[in-house]
Amino acid sequence: MDEFVNLKETELRLGLPGTDNVCEGKESIISCCNNNNKRALSSDNEKEIESSSRKTETSPPRKAQIVGWPPVRSYRKNNIQTKKNESEHEGQGIYVKVSMDGAPYLRKIDLSCYKGYSELLKALELMFKFSVGEYFERDGYKGSEFVPTYEDKDGDWMLIGDVPWEMFICTCKRLRIMKGSEAKGLGCGV
Amino acid sequence: MTEEDSSAKMSEDVEQYLKLNPPCSSSSSSSAVAFANKSGTFKSSSPPCPEHVLENVLENVLQFLTSRCDRNAVSLVCKSWYRVEAQTRFEVFIGNCYSLSPARLTHRFKGLRSIVLKGKPRFADFNLMPPNWGAQFAPWVAATAKAYPWLEKVHLKRMFVTDDDLALLAESFPGFKELTLVCCEGFGTSGIAVIANKCRQLKVLDLVESEVTDDEVDWISCFPEGKSHLESLSFDCVESPINFNALEGLVVRSPFLKKLRTNRFVSLEELHRLMVRAPQLTSLGTGSFSPDNAPQGEQLPDYAAAFLACKSIVCLSGFREFRPEYLLAISPVCANLTSLNFSYANISPHMLMPIIRNCHNIRVFWALDSIRDEGLQAVAATCKELRELRIFPFDPREDSEGPVSGVGLQAISEGCRKLESILYFCQRMTNEAVTAMSENCPQLTVFRLCIMGRHRPDHVTGKPMDDGFGAIVKNCKKLTRLAVSGLLTDEAFSYIGEYGKLIRTLSVAFAGNSDKALRYVLEGCPKLQKLEIRDSPFGDAGLRSGMHRYCNMRFVWLSSCVLSLGGCRDVAQALPNVVVEVFGSDGDDDDDTVTGDYVETLYLYRSLDGPRKDAPKFVTIL
Repeated sequence: MDEFVNLKETELRLGLPGTDNVCEGKESIISCCNNNNKRALSSDNEKEIESSSRKTETSPPRKAQIVGWPPVRSYRKNNIQTKKNESEHEGQGIYVKVSMDGAPYLRKIDLSCYKGYSELLKALELMFKFSVGEYFERDGYKGSEFVPTYEDKDGDWMLIGDVPWEMFICTCKRLRIMKGSEAKGLGCGV
Repeated sequence: MTEEDSSAKMSEDVEQYLKLNPPCSSSSSSSAVAFANKSGTFKSSSPPCPEHVLENVLENVLQFLTSRCDRNAVSLVCKSWYRVEAQTRFEVFIGNCYSLSPARLTHRFKGLRSIVLKGKPRFADFNLMPPNWGAQFAPWVAATAKAYPWLEKVHLKRMFVTDDDLALLAESFPGFKELTLVCCEGFGTSGIAVIANKCRQLKVLDLVESEVTDDEVDWISCFPEGKSHLESLSFDCVESPINFNALEGLVVRSPFLKKLRTNRFVSLEELHRLMVRAPQLTSLGTGSFSPDNAPQGEQLPDYAAAFLACKSIVCLSGFREFRPEYLLAISPVCANLTSLNFSYANISPHMLMPIIRNCHNIRVFWALDSIRDEGLQAVAATCKELRELRIFPFDPREDSEGPVSGVGLQAISEGCRKLESILYFCQRMTNEAVTAMSENCPQLTVFRLCIMGRHRPDHVTGKPMDDGFGAIVKNCKKLTRLAVSGLLTDEAFSYIGEYGKLIRTLSVAFAGNSDKALRYVLEGCPKLQKLEIRDSPFGDAGLRSGMHRYCNMRFVWLSSCVLSLGGCRDVAQALPNVVVEVFGSDGDDDDDTVTGDYVETLYLYRSLDGPRKDAPKFVTIL
């Protein structure tokens, strides 16, 4: 699963040839996503996100955050001196809904918590208790009846992993884990 | 008013007025009736009819009535009084822009000079409402542009205002004087530029905690040349650089400028230059309060001298990127300060002490919890005139360190006996400290305590915070606004219902056990106007218990509770004058959330003109 993440040379990128966008990280994510408003969490009764799959070297693991709590306006949160640098790195969160065929509930996740596809897929597997099979660039996911897909800004349903991670973050509107025959149709090719 | 009109009204109201006018004898009443039967042919040499006299008297008297409650009462006396009141009302306050249509406003009031309009409910500030929900200024500016060409003042809070709206405003009101935008969004520096340029009589331009997009327009340069009428200019929330030379030039030609709040792009050196040009300032927003990193070729400016020269400063704010070594420069004005806002500055107790010990006259103090309990103790020791205290969290998370606690709260209560309003964020609290405040500060009208950990009990006894809040409602007899937090059972709400007879605004989050709590409040608090509740176990039965109240309230907000669509629909059907909106937490159209019946957010409000026509797709009006 980690293989395709490491194939830098064959990656389609948005930068100019010769530039290395790797360092830009969150800033580029934020600049290409117009909607910086944190969208609310919903779906579960608990309304908490498990961000256990997110790893950060420098800060302690972030405890699950509730939207709008404590009740401090974002203007104030973002403007307290010396907090500004920190909040720039934290970002505003990119929340998308995730549904799985057959499951009675939806979940919401923050895409900015994950560094790449492997982390994201592991988190999804944990969340919905399924396994996703192996990804092949040509043939999509094999070895499981579940196929992870997403809807992009143009309304097209795509296979998760088809585009570079940075591009995915910007264009993904929501995720859907398809099951069964519908999955196979999408899973084959591009 | 023509004489034909007046005689028609005369026949309507003559009896009432004659009763009201003691000097009128029966002979004059018969001549009055005789007059009413004619069709307006009387000569001006005859004495004026009682109708005219009364309305003239009323007009003159009503000019002194400014309180909107009094004016509302006057307008209910009779039709004639309603009319005169409508003619003499110059300021109108609309607490919920959807409670009536702009057309209704312009139809009733013909002579407005000032409008205050509020839009979104407060919980929208905390991302609990999807964007594009509404509260657009556009229909209001369009209607008032036609109806009130002499409009002078517009004050908006939580409204969506576009640059086009601002342009229309600037063009339509030649005498426009005051624009205040609080917590608004939707516009940018280009809109501000039009206001600056076209409103030649502008006295006040206050942008407060609003989101202003950077259109890269040099709006400060758009103020016209020549002497300006500016008295107040606040742009501390504008997150874009400004042309400092233009600002300095503007300040120089604004002899009436009293209030100036600069943004963080104004350095300490620049602030110094402004202060030297405007020693008459009474209210100063200090911008970054940090020097430019430019090399110091010449002598350092004497900041303390600048503050010394500004003898009139009573209100200080800003300090957006302050450097501690310069903080003492404000010392010369400390003794005169009535208001000090350090809430964007990470000030430690050690930095605070030398400043606060001179601030004997402070009435309003805002700070971060970085000042710690120690800092609060220092405030309590000196600031005997304190009326309003706000302590915000430096690190607004549930599990962050808690530098302030019941210790600080109790100290404040013991030192600042005149306290009227408090907003206090903390990690942990005790019933004892809250009770102490209720006993020491009987003048409290606003008590907002935010224990950031959800469901957190008294950290010493482990008990719920019921007793503390109970003591507040019981002892603070003037309390009109209350925000509760921490672990609270239904009992806390029974206290609120029993004692909170003057409460107008109540905020609840993660509290209560059952619908009983909601019932206690809705049945017990007769003055309740604004109720905002989130994440509490209140359902349809609780909602139903307030049916008799909703027509008399400004709004009710219930999010992430346990309401069903059916329950909300019942309310909507029973109360035709109340608009019931339900929506989810994000702006997606589709409704494939947990169950079709679950209501994530309910927002209801009374309205004279029925459901709004501009509701976005994600809002369902029942």
